[in-house]
Amino acid sequence: MSATIPLSWFLLVGAGLFSIGLYGALARRNAVAVLMGIELLLNAVNINLVAFNRYIVPQQVTGQVFAIFVLAIAAAEAAVGLALIISIYRSRDTVNLEDIDLLKG
Amino acid sequence: MAITYLHLIFLALAGFTLLCALGVVASRNLFHSAIWLIGAFAGVAGLYWLLEAEYLAIAQIMIYIGAIATLIVFAIMLSRGMMIGRVKMNNFQAGISAVVAALLFLMLSFVLLQVNWPVVEQAVSVDPIPMIGEAFVTTYVIPFQVIAVLLSVALVGAIMIARER
Repeated sequence: MSATIPLSWFLLVGAGLFSIGLYGALARRNAVAVLMGIELLLNAVNINLVAFNRYIVPQQVTGQVFAIFVLAIAAAEAAVGLALIISIYRSRDTVNLEDIDLLKG
Repeated sequence: MAITYLHLIFLALAGFTLLCALGVVASRNLFHSAIWLIGAFAGVAGLYWLLEAEYLAIAQIMIYIGAIATLIVFAIMLSRGMMIGRVKMNNFQAGISAVVAALLFLMLSFVLLQVNWPVVEQAVSVDPIPMIGEAFVTTYVIPFQVIAVLLSVALVGAIMIARER
């Protein structure tokens, strides 16, 4: 079905999504916004895994299996990250990453 | 190269996904960011569907939109960090981050348009979902167990970190 679309189009979408997510993770001040940027990064990686699976080894499911592993890692990362954010908000009353400098010497 | 309706569907999905992703990083209001994020996840699910990975498309909708986006909305609500008003939304390195992201995109697209990918003109296997299930209990059984333990530990740890003391 998708074989008429060139592989590089999917890879370009992945690269674009990765770059946007990287900007979000680096530039935002709010910790939740940084986590959203990281979710975009993981999605970009998954697009690449599934596209390579479809175009280079279409008879196997290796890329899809690894995409499911990335999905599970993303779920774990989101749960722990958001729990940390809520915990920090309770004790410091802020989710601004510039104000969370407890470990700075 | 003949332009078929699949190309148009791909372009619509890709444009939608990238637009939603831009909305995520450009919205001042964090709640709007979360809504854009749901749109981006849905666009990625559509791309999976276009790549004939239906299982992943459904998993993407159930896990990302159903669970992770909901968690993020809860965290925004609990931390009152909506960034409404005259709060600065970006930190001091926003400009250099934009330059780095743009350069990374240019470099990646330059490289991946140069490479001659060994594309196989072949249909996908008839029913990939039993193959995924089989791979999880044969070839990838150890990673599967490790990821299961990791997910349980992470979720229990998240509850311990976030609970009221």
